[in-house]
Amino acid sequence: MAKKILAVDDSVSMRQMVELTLRTAGYEVVQAADGVEALEFARVGSVDLVLTDVNMPRMDGIQLVQELRALANYKFVPMLVLTTESSKEKKMEGKRAGATGWIVKPFNAQQLLGTIAKVI
Amino acid sequence: MSLELEMVEITKVFFDECREGLNIMESGLLNLDASADLENINTIFRAAHSIKGGAGTFGFPEVAGFTHGVETLLDEMRNGKRAVTDEAIQILLKSCDCLCAMMAAIEDGKPIDQPRVAACNLDLEEILRSQSKAPTPPAAPLEPPVAAAASAGAAATSVNSTASDVEGGWLIRFEPVTDLLKLRNEPTRIFAELEKLGELKVRADLSALPPFADIDPELCYLAWDLEIRGAVARKALDEVFDWVDPACGLEFTTIGISDDTTSQAVPEAAPPVVRPTAAPSVPDQRVPSTGTAAAAPKSGADSSSIRVSTEKVDNIINLVGELVITQSMLGRFADGIGPGELDSLRQGLSQLARNMRELQECVMQVRMLPISFAFNRFPRLVHDLTHKLGKKVDLRLSGENTELDKTVLEKMSDPLVHLVRNALDHGLETPERRLAAGKGETGTLELAAFHEGGNIIIEVRDDGAGLNKAKILSKARERGLVAPELELSDDQIHNLIFLPGFSTADQVSDVSGRGVGMDVVRRNINDLGGNVQLSSQEGKGSVIRIRLPLTLAILDGQLVRVGQETYVISLLAIVETVQVNREGLNTLAGQTELFRLRNAYLPVVKLCDLFGVVPDSRNSEDGLLVVVEADGARVGLLVDDLLAQQQVVIKSLETNFAPVAGLAGATILGDGKVALILDVPGLIARASREKQLTSITRVA
Repeated sequence: MAKKILAVDDSVSMRQMVELTLRTAGYEVVQAADGVEALEFARVGSVDLVLTDVNMPRMDGIQLVQELRALANYKFVPMLVLTTESSKEKKMEGKRAGATGWIVKPFNAQQLLGTIAKVI
Repeated sequence: MSLELEMVEITKVFFDECREGLNIMESGLLNLDASADLENINTIFRAAHSIKGGAGTFGFPEVAGFTHGVETLLDEMRNGKRAVTDEAIQILLKSCDCLCAMMAAIEDGKPIDQPRVAACNLDLEEILRSQSKAPTPPAAPLEPPVAAAASAGAAATSVNSTASDVEGGWLIRFEPVTDLLKLRNEPTRIFAELEKLGELKVRADLSALPPFADIDPELCYLAWDLEIRGAVARKALDEVFDWVDPACGLEFTTIGISDDTTSQAVPEAAPPVVRPTAAPSVPDQRVPSTGTAAAAPKSGADSSSIRVSTEKVDNIINLVGELVITQSMLGRFADGIGPGELDSLRQGLSQLARNMRELQECVMQVRMLPISFAFNRFPRLVHDLTHKLGKKVDLRLSGENTELDKTVLEKMSDPLVHLVRNALDHGLETPERRLAAGKGETGTLELAAFHEGGNIIIEVRDDGAGLNKAKILSKARERGLVAPELELSDDQIHNLIFLPGFSTADQVSDVSGRGVGMDVVRRNINDLGGNVQLSSQEGKGSVIRIRLPLTLAILDGQLVRVGQETYVISLLAIVETVQVNREGLNTLAGQTELFRLRNAYLPVVKLCDLFGVVPDSRNSEDGLLVVVEADGARVGLLVDDLLAQQQVVIKSLETNFAPVAGLAGATILGDGKVALILDVPGLIARASREKQLTSITRVA
């Protein structure tokens, strides 16, 4: 059965690109436009991995990860944040919120798939 | 769809998003004048950030690099490290324009205007260097962040051994923090990656394990001693452990001979195994406003809409047109049927008529867009122009949600820009002149749109100096457009500005005043089947009122009869209809007939002669005169009879046959006959050309 990934990003084109890349690699993808949507989905559905952008309106990626960690079925799900900031600080901020790791933007398909393969 | 095609489609979406983002940035920046609102700055920042991220990901490094500078400047502003100054706003606005141009060039496959980008970049660098409160170097990293991003977090497999590699291997002591809930994956993942680098031995340290009954399954009590043998670079190890929280214990010791970094235990972070009793609180560093409910401004395209090609919509509109004809044909059948069936047939038909009207309205709506699409460029335009001209103007928009046909909207966009520029350049005065005239310093420019009787009305209203009649008249006389002794009414003088090549500007500024504007504006409006009226009061201001049909496919028309032929005249063009009488008729130069109507002489256009149709009577006085107006001129069309007024579907002659002078199209009536639709502006122009009438005499 294909692994399911929740992709969260407020940019439609970015979401579509991620979806295309993941789908082609054999993953099933659920999309959400921001933290609030993602959380709504998470309350009723499970995934094998969460991939989220940081800068989003309504609820950003860091907050989303925190909220997701509070849900029983998301306690151990690997979560990756997409960040453009390369400072260790920012990365650790994500970590402390509960993220498993990060992928730095801009990334290419190979990098994305490689990193994801490491965790699921 | 193939992968490449899908990517192309997604890239198109990206371009659209960038446009939206740039719009958001622009309107945000324009509003930043008034208040350094943190929410606003964040919105602008996010838009820039998205563009940068997307550009990098979709493979546009120049855009990403350039946007990085913009983003840095905005970041400083939102962190309070830099004050929001007018200079900064201007530079940011310029950068937005530059980005817009860059994206447009890329989209069209054209080369980017490098000098422009470089110049703009210079401005950005300069302002970033100057006046920055924080000592950290914001000016430095203006190269594309692509390079910086490459290393972190990527797969560890690409690391190569270098000369500084340590021969032998490493001993790693790994003591994770206990409450890291995601730990279930991490150690095994790390071991798997380490295995790729060399020969790995893993030994678990169980010393910290509490008695079985006390174990909390979600905590980690294990530590590991890892031994990896092989030519492994420290850098590779760092990458594998990149995601590990610095609070974890991590010690690296080299094994065997090494050349530079001598064997030393390098503790990654001070505290060894920590079992915190309370959950570590993560202070929320985010600016509070990101949590507020204010939704990001949605610009027109949201999830409850789809994109449809205009061709598809036009096809549907065509079909609806055919249905209208069929329906009116059926309506006529009722005349030849017996009374009993008649009622039910009539009922059926009226039901059909109702359905038709609704369907027609719905379909027309599909093609309609709110006029805000055209109005939206004006805040920026007014902002820039008023700065340039040194004037103070308050722009007021109303009725932005008023919808009109897409084509009409597109064709009205440029004329509206011209009218606004005119108002700003010629109409509205400088603050000094306004004060001298007893007005407030800040002028008002109003753009309003609303529906009125099946049309859309657009008004451009200013409280400026109004039209200077004397100046206009003298200029017109100078150009020989008006005979010197002719007296014109105020209205007629105002309408002179619509003549080609007319301009009272003393110098041609690049803003307006080149004299090619107003006549093109009027022609565009007439071509769309609308009309434009100008009213002005010297010293008080001017109003330009544009009336446009809501759709181009269907016309509200007056049917007229000339002999056996039926013609259609757009109701918008008709002023009035009068009975002809012998006293009012005058023949000029033995050829032209004029009809005196109140204080004016109207040229009479005999449609029978024009179209070669046999009229009821050869005597003009037996006919009816339909007075029509276009381009400020009026003529009387001579017809035999007035028939019904009805909605008529415009069928193009050009597409189906060939363009015919004097005709705007054709339609099929309920009885199946073809009626030709008159091109009123064209007829009027032709009449004045043929009979060389350039003026209308006034009766003393």
